[in-house]
Amino acid sequence: MHWDVVWNNLDYFLWGAFPQGPLGGLAASIILAVCGIFGAFWLGLAAGLMRLSRKPWIKIPAVVYIEVIRGTPLLMLIFWFYFLAPILLGETLPGFQCALVAFIVFTGAYIAEIVRAGVVSLPRGQMEAARGTGLSHFQAMRYVILPQSLRNMIPSFVNQFVSLTKDTSLAYLIGVNELTLAADQVNNRTMNAPMEIFTTLLVIYFLVCYVLTSFSRRMERHLSRYQARGR
Amino acid sequence: MIRIVMNYEFNWDKVLTGQGAEWLVHGLIVTLKISAVSLVLSLALGTLIAVFRMTPVKPLKWFAAAYTEFFRNTPLLVQIMFWYFGSDPILPGPVKQWLYNMDFEFAAGVISLTVYTSAFIAEEIRAGIFAIPKNQLEASRATGLSFFQAYRYVILPQAFRIIIPPLISQFLNLIKNSSLVMAIGVMDLTYMARQIESYYFRGFEAFTVATLIYLCISLVVSFAITMYNKHFLLQIKY
Repeated sequence: MHWDVVWNNLDYFLWGAFPQGPLGGLAASIILAVCGIFGAFWLGLAAGLMRLSRKPWIKIPAVVYIEVIRGTPLLMLIFWFYFLAPILLGETLPGFQCALVAFIVFTGAYIAEIVRAGVVSLPRGQMEAARGTGLSHFQAMRYVILPQSLRNMIPSFVNQFVSLTKDTSLAYLIGVNELTLAADQVNNRTMNAPMEIFTTLLVIYFLVCYVLTSFSRRMERHLSRYQARGR
Repeated sequence: MIRIVMNYEFNWDKVLTGQGAEWLVHGLIVTLKISAVSLVLSLALGTLIAVFRMTPVKPLKWFAAAYTEFFRNTPLLVQIMFWYFGSDPILPGPVKQWLYNMDFEFAAGVISLTVYTSAFIAEEIRAGIFAIPKNQLEASRATGLSFFQAYRYVILPQAFRIIIPPLISQFLNLIKNSSLVMAIGVMDLTYMARQIESYYFRGFEAFTVATLIYLCISLVVSFAITMYNKHFLLQIKY
């Protein structure tokens, strides 16, 4: 057993070579996930609302986007953007940006479905009443429907954030400096403790994700008490 | 600053004909094979874990809960790397020999996909079993069936019908997730697309074609789920 390998490299797992070198490890994974969920939220909100529209030229692009992305493995998307960037830009983009774009586009499609489900689950009367008071469709969405439904979506967003945190490990395959890459580097350097290193890696991811999952479950129970219901 | 260059010459021949196409077909077969094997195994394991989780026996219950929580909350890629690089000290000798004698990359891929997917399947099955009214179990126990017989002959056959649509979408996830096994060198569709990239520098074309293949599989299966929901699920009554 070589647990000392893990112990000696724990700081490298958590924040990479940070004060002297680039930020890496768990810190980089979390930054990637946070930036990803932030971008995906706005993309997903737009796509989800577009999908609810009655006008086909608004609805169809959103449906195509959501269905295509949900039918594609994330890894494909990452590689695809990785090889698309040189074609569009004439130069290779750093892995971090490529992975981030792939995460935003990928997670956006899932968030769009969450948004759609959240809006649909509100009683119809809410929209009708809001329109009845003279608000436009957009205003009713902005001031009546979304404030209520977004609150109910928070647990699903947290779950999506957990998935994204797990998915950031895929960025390792295009060489982004994050937790899985750090572990792989340490494994290649030491060569004698793969079991210990990868167990630690699993435990670190588990701790982060489990805390968030428990939080979203508690929140779900809490929110379900205050939901507007139809008759 | 985004500067659109687009002086790239697309060349689909390298991907759609000859060696490239052959590689992709082989990759597709490996993808389908690893998904099918993992699906069968994870259905069995997932059912077992779900039943463990429902038993009144406390240690089994805790084990099943820990199993599902742990494997659902860790990245599949890391699990794959764990089984491939780090499982050596924890596997018993004969099992290790047996695995090393066959294709170990494939075996490690199957193990990790099975373990990961079974945790999700166990949760789906548990949700399906919860949907069966509790008095079904009580009634079948009262007719003299044992706990396992009640599950085997009364609860599970009903639950499985409810569970089938979510199970199919788990199968879809499994096919998509199987793309990660390229990280340990299983020659699946993604691996082959990568290979075309490194042989012919046709990364964009190769990954576009591979993405379309994955997409076709997903669309066919989603269509099947919709049809199933439309025609069969409505007829199930309790």
